Amino acid sequence: MDSRKIRRAIHRMTTEIIERNRNLKNVVIVGIRTRGIYLGKRISKLIREMEKVDVPVGVLDITLYRDDFSKIEAQHMVRKTEINFSVAKKDILLVDDVLFTGRTIRAAMDSLIDLGRPNTIQLLVLIDRGHRELPIRADYVGKFLPTSKRELVQVKLKEIDNSDEVLITEPVRLI
Amino acid sequence: MAFKQKHLLGIQSLTPSEINTILSTAESFLEISTREVKKVPILRGKTIINLFFEPSTRTRSSFELAAKRLSADIVNFNLTGSSVVKGESLKDTILNLEAMNPDALIIRHSCAGAPNFISTFCRSHVINAGDGSHEHPTQALLDAFTIKQEKKKIEGLKIVIVGDILHSRVARSNIFLLKKLGAKTILVGPPPLLPVEFKNFGVEIDYDFDQAIAGADVIMMLRIQLERQKNIYFPSIREYRNLYSLTKKRYKNAKKNAIIMHPGPINRGVELSTDLADSAESVILKQVENGIAVRMAVLYLLLGGKERETAD
Repeated sequence: MDSRKIRRAIHRMTTEIIERNRNLKNVVIVGIRTRGIYLGKRISKLIREMEKVDVPVGVLDITLYRDDFSKIEAQHMVRKTEINFSVAKKDILLVDDVLFTGRTIRAAMDSLIDLGRPNTIQLLVLIDRGHRELPIRADYVGKFLPTSKRELVQVKLKEIDNSDEVLITEPVRLI
Repeated sequence: MAFKQKHLLGIQSLTPSEINTILSTAESFLEISTREVKKVPILRGKTIINLFFEPSTRTRSSFELAAKRLSADIVNFNLTGSSVVKGESLKDTILNLEAMNPDALIIRHSCAGAPNFISTFCRSHVINAGDGSHEHPTQALLDAFTIKQEKKKIEGLKIVIVGDILHSRVARSNIFLLKKLGAKTILVGPPPLLPVEFKNFGVEIDYDFDQAIAGADVIMMLRIQLERQKNIYFPSIREYRNLYSLTKKRYKNAKKNAIIMHPGPINRGVELSTDLADSAESVILKQVENGIAVRMAVLYLLLGGKERETAD
C-alpha cells in the first residue's frame, strides 16, 4: 500500500465516520500509541476540513493493561496516556494501525472504561490482517490484508517514519 | 532503556541511565493518581510485603498506595506486632515471610546494610525504604523527579543540602544521585554533623549557610533530629537556628525562584521558617505527591516483565 492508497483509505473512512455519527460534536478520537495517534490526528484534521467540527485527539498507552505482561522478554517502557477530556458519555473512535489478534484492542477498551463510561466505542484500523484470537471486529477498515501468521505487517507513517507505506515482510530467521 | 536490576538497594549501584529510566517511567505514572479510577491492572496477582522495622508513616503509606494503584496485594508488617520482639533473627524472619511466596519485600531497618544482607539469600525483589544512615533511594529519586519537574533539568544546577548530614540517609542517596546526574552539590551544616570526609563523595562542603546559598537553584533542608540532641552535636537549638535555619532573609540570596525541599517531617521554625514552608517556592507537598508515582515506577520496573533468575 503506497501513500496514495493510504490517503484514499483514510479519506473514505472519514466519510464513513461522518455518515455514521450524526452528532459529530460528541465524537472524540483516541489513538493507540504510537501510529494510532498520527492516524487519529489526520482523521481529526479531515473532519475539521469537511464538517468544520473540532474532534479532540487523545493518546492511549496500553502497556499497563497488557495480558502478556509476565510472558514478554523485557518489559515494555510505559509511556504517557494523555487524554485531556472526559470520555464519559462520549462516542469514542479508537484508532490503531493494524488489527491482528485483537488483544491490544481488548486492553485499550478496558483502559478506556476505567477512565469513564463512554456512550459507544467504535474501532478504526488502517489494516485488518486477520487471525483474531478474541471476538473483536473493526467498524472502519482501511484495507483487509490476508496474511500468514508468520509474516510481519509494518505500517509506516511520514510523521515518524518519513514515508507513508504498508509493507509485508518475512521475519528474519535467526540461526 | 530496559531495567535489569533485581533489587533496589541504593542509588550507589544504579547507572545514570537506570536512574533516568525510573524518572521517565514515573512521569507516565503521575497521571494515574489524578484519574477517577486510580488503578491500573498491571501488577495484579503480585504480593508485596511492607516490612518496617522502624517507624514510618509517610514512606510506608506511599509504598502502599503505589502498590495498590498498580493492583498488587500489599501486606504491612510492623515491628511491634511481630515475632522480632520475641527474639527471632532477621534472617529467620525473612525466611518465614518468603515461605509465603511474596514477590517483593519493601524494607526499612535501623541497621545500614540490612536490605543488602537480605538480598543475599532472598528470592523476592528487595526494595530499600531506608536503612540506618546508609541510603533511602526512593526519597532521592522522588527529589530528583521533583527537581526535574520544576527546573526541567538536573545537570548543572546548584543544589545545597542543609542540616544533619552525618545521620541522614536522604542526604547520602541524594549526594550519589545528584553527582551521577551532573548537579553541583554543596553540603551545609555545623561541623559535628558534617565531617570533612564527605568531600570524598565529590561534593563541596561549607559551614557558612549564607555563603553557600548564593545563587542556589535548589535548597534541600533536612530535619534536625531533635531526639539525637542528647549527644550534643551543637550547643543549642537557638544557635542552630541562627546559623542554619532557612529564613526569608537567607532565601533572598538564592537564585530567583529557587525551590525549597524537605523530606519531612518538618520542625517548623527550627530548620525552616513557617512562612517559607507554606510559600509558593516550597515544593514539599509536591514531593509527597510525586513519591507515589516514583514508587509505582520502581515497583513496575522491578516486578514487571519476565521473571528473572534468582541472584547467585
